[in-house]
Amino acid sequence: MSDEVKIGAYICKGCDLGNRLNTDQLEMIATREGRVALAKSHDFLCGEDGVKMIQDDLASGEANKVVIAACSRRAKTDAFSFEGVPTSRVNLREGVIWVRPETDEAQETTQEMAEDYVRMGCAEIKFMANPKPSEEQGTNRHVMVVGGGITGMTAALEAARAGYQVSIVEKSDALGGTAGQLYRRAPTRAPYADPEDTGVEPLIQMLEDDAKVTIYLNSVISSTDGAPGRFNIEITQGSDQLEIISCGSIIQASGMTPYDASQLTEFSYSDAPDVITQLELEALAKAADGGPIKRPSDGKEVKNVVFVQCAGQRSDKEGHLSYCSGHCCNTSIKQAMYFKDNALSSGTDPLDIQTTILFSDLRTPGAGGEDFYRSGQDKGVTFRKATVSAVSKDGKVSLNDLILDEEDTIDADLVVLATGMIPNSGRNNEREDELQTIKTQLEAEHKEVPQEMLDEIAIPVESILNLNYKQGSDLPQLVSGFNDSHFICFPYETRRTGIYAAGPTRRPMDTQQAQEDATGAAMKAIQAIENAGKGMAAHPRSGDLSYPTFRKEGCTQCKRCMMECPFGAIHSDEKGYPQYNEARCRRCGTCMGACPVRVISFENYSIDSVGQQIKACDIPDEFDEKPRLLVLACENDAYPALDMAAQNRFEYSAFVRVIPVRCLGSVNTIWITDALNSGYDGVVLMGCKKGDDYQCHFVKGSEMAHVRMSKIADTLQTLNLEEERVAVHEVAITDIQRVPELIDDMAKVVEEIGMSPFKF
Amino acid sequence: MSDLNQALAEKYQGNFLKEVIDNVEEGDMVRMCMQCGVCAGSCPMGPHWEHTPQKIFMMIRANKRDEVLQSDSMWMCTSCYNCIARCPRELPITHIMHGLASYAKRLNLVPKEQPTAKFAQLFWDNLAKKGRVNELKLGISLYFMNGFGEGIKVAMGNQKLGMNMLKTKRMAINEAWGGHSVKDKSGFHAMLKKAAELESAAIEAHSK
Repeated sequence: MSDEVKIGAYICKGCDLGNRLNTDQLEMIATREGRVALAKSHDFLCGEDGVKMIQDDLASGEANKVVIAACSRRAKTDAFSFEGVPTSRVNLREGVIWVRPETDEAQETTQEMAEDYVRMGCAEIKFMANPKPSEEQGTNRHVMVVGGGITGMTAALEAARAGYQVSIVEKSDALGGTAGQLYRRAPTRAPYADPEDTGVEPLIQMLEDDAKVTIYLNSVISSTDGAPGRFNIEITQGSDQLEIISCGSIIQASGMTPYDASQLTEFSYSDAPDVITQLELEALAKAADGGPIKRPSDGKEVKNVVFVQCAGQRSDKEGHLSYCSGHCCNTSIKQAMYFKDNALSSGTDPLDIQTTILFSDLRTPGAGGEDFYRSGQDKGVTFRKATVSAVSKDGKVSLNDLILDEEDTIDADLVVLATGMIPNSGRNNEREDELQTIKTQLEAEHKEVPQEMLDEIAIPVESILNLNYKQGSDLPQLVSGFNDSHFICFPYETRRTGIYAAGPTRRPMDTQQAQEDATGAAMKAIQAIENAGKGMAAHPRSGDLSYPTFRKEGCTQCKRCMMECPFGAIHSDEKGYPQYNEARCRRCGTCMGACPVRVISFENYSIDSVGQQIKACDIPDEFDEKPRLLVLACENDAYPALDMAAQNRFEYSAFVRVIPVRCLGSVNTIWITDALNSGYDGVVLMGCKKGDDYQCHFVKGSEMAHVRMSKIADTLQTLNLEEERVAVHEVAITDIQRVPELIDDMAKVVEEIGMSPFKF
Repeated sequence: MSDLNQALAEKYQGNFLKEVIDNVEEGDMVRMCMQCGVCAGSCPMGPHWEHTPQKIFMMIRANKRDEVLQSDSMWMCTSCYNCIARCPRELPITHIMHGLASYAKRLNLVPKEQPTAKFAQLFWDNLAKKGRVNELKLGISLYFMNGFGEGIKVAMGNQKLGMNMLKTKRMAINEAWGGHSVKDKSGFHAMLKKAAELESAAIEAHSK
């Protein structure tokens, strides 16, 4: 292939495009204004003939870059995939004819829309190069698992079975974790009637027998360096540094710590030996081993046991956990069955042992939850919807029955508190920084630092990973101290690429869920290793070869890219220049959007590739009464929503020009300023939902964009433009009806406040 | 309080659910109630009961022995079977209600002057005599259920209806003298006796 750029523009006439649009005119625009080497139309471009026509041109060297003016970039991706050839997709179908009425009056503006999109495609392709893998890659088929509980062990086994070397680091002196302390666990398979074996022992055995697995007991991680594909992890045992292991990816399965029940003074936990937690009952059940369970105080066989659900959880009270720990209802049913089953096997009537579960909401998640509840009822476990106000030292439980609406008491031999779980998520670097900032500020103002704050600072939290990252030592935390995770869309993804959180460290769960989690995380860890080896991005742009580079001469070392990168991919070198860790990068472009001097770019996505599209549009004269609206739509949710709106033939304004962006976080304010300067009348930004329940695929991208755009008002003022001309929206992929409305709303705003004065 | 009641209360102290499972017809299904309240919402007599079936089941599990057995709730059941048809857990609610009523009666815990209980007794006595229900006698005994004076009043009030029924042969006046019976009356009585013996024996056994 010669160095000379030869752009081939191909215009499709299929899907009614040929009837609705003047394709000859489009060809002419591509040739004259787009300055392409050749422009051709075809009746059925994605068909065999059409694709062959393009391939022939590429093979003969007539073209080495391609503009496809046909359907959305999300359609026909297989047909229009030319290896090693930069391709720009011009969306004439979903972007133009499907959102415009087929009438004579609309014809003129519809054609103008198509012409502009062709201009934009031709402009974009000039700034697109073929991404090449960097020099940074390396494949290291070694997975590090942090934590030897049921999650960690399952993850290790799954990875080992898939052919990967595994190291497990466990802080205590044995594998097993919390699950190892259980007598039985809630059933994981049909008929979901009886507690089943935990499976921990065979799991430990399998790991010990597996040649691919190395187990480090009594060990912690004292330092983690590197990036996916080339992590270097230092393992320490006591004060001795054991070994430095290089591995490709990390699974953090650090598990949970039970809530400190001594905080529950109203339930007499610290004063009464016969008020215990669920985990302590497991120990009693283990000791009984199928025989009658005896209470701790005097060894009497328990005849009446009461389970108090949600003890110190799902509550707003100070010191309580606000969330539901997910497993406790099933656990209480399981434990009540211990009493019933043990009675049966020792020849007593199970009905002679009273087991009462006091709940305010009974939740039995999982496929077998309802069956297990039913089985509990069948075995004679009594469920009472009630709130418990107090437990006395001698085991008298005072409750308010919510069905019978009355106060009542139960004289119990044993009271079991269903307390919650607290994630072992390491240090909360963000909170530490925040506290430190407030403290410094208060001290500077000679004000007293509140005692609670000092207390909070004083409690040292052990780091789990000891990451040598500029952005902190541990995985970031989202809600209630749990490590990063998106509950539905990408459960194991944290904001640290190549490090996957699994098990109760990311959300409360039971052992079965933890094992499913572990399997998922193991798969992600393998994907991260393989992708890193090929220089490709991990989730969500899996397979993307492009990566950001910066022009050193222009960089002012402001460090904004390092601060804003949601994934901690950018470090600084000795001179303060950004140092990219390609394998940590998710290719969202948030750094590109952040850069005030615009020196960061990707091979196929840059300030220019979008900026030139904005400038390529034809801006009609002020008196033509044809405003121009720019929409920058996130390609993950907003752009598909627009496509789906088109599939439903929801119409919107013909004055809009939509440009998909990788993430709203990649939107640099220069695009907005340029657009307004060159005569656009309004700009609409569509990104994903931000905040704690974010839907942003890059976690913080949308949030960053909102912060940046909240400051755009100053720019607008200097331009003497109205603030309403720029709007930022959070859009979900399902907002199919809403997206056209948002566009039309901006059209209305422009109609009201009038055309932009910047049309030259 | 009868001796039997005393004995049972002591035997099962604090475990009324077990008492119900052991002694009440289909009482073992009480533990399967999941407290959804569909029975309570479906019952046409709902607003008139002291406790809905849902609450009765909850009270059994909460050891409210006296409140359950002395209540008039289960006596209010008209056997419409709406609850059984709708119960998502397929509890035989109607049957359990009758079972509870029968158990309460055996223990002498029926509220005084409970009309359904009175009717049930009259119906049973009428039926047990000859193995067939004598409608004329049953009707007359119902009229006089609450005393002679009121009986006359009710009878006079229904005079016209009675005459019409006679005319259209809906009422056989000769039933007043004897009336007809099942073929093997003594066999029938022996059967009832045996059944009563069996039932009492079971409960007696549970009370020890």
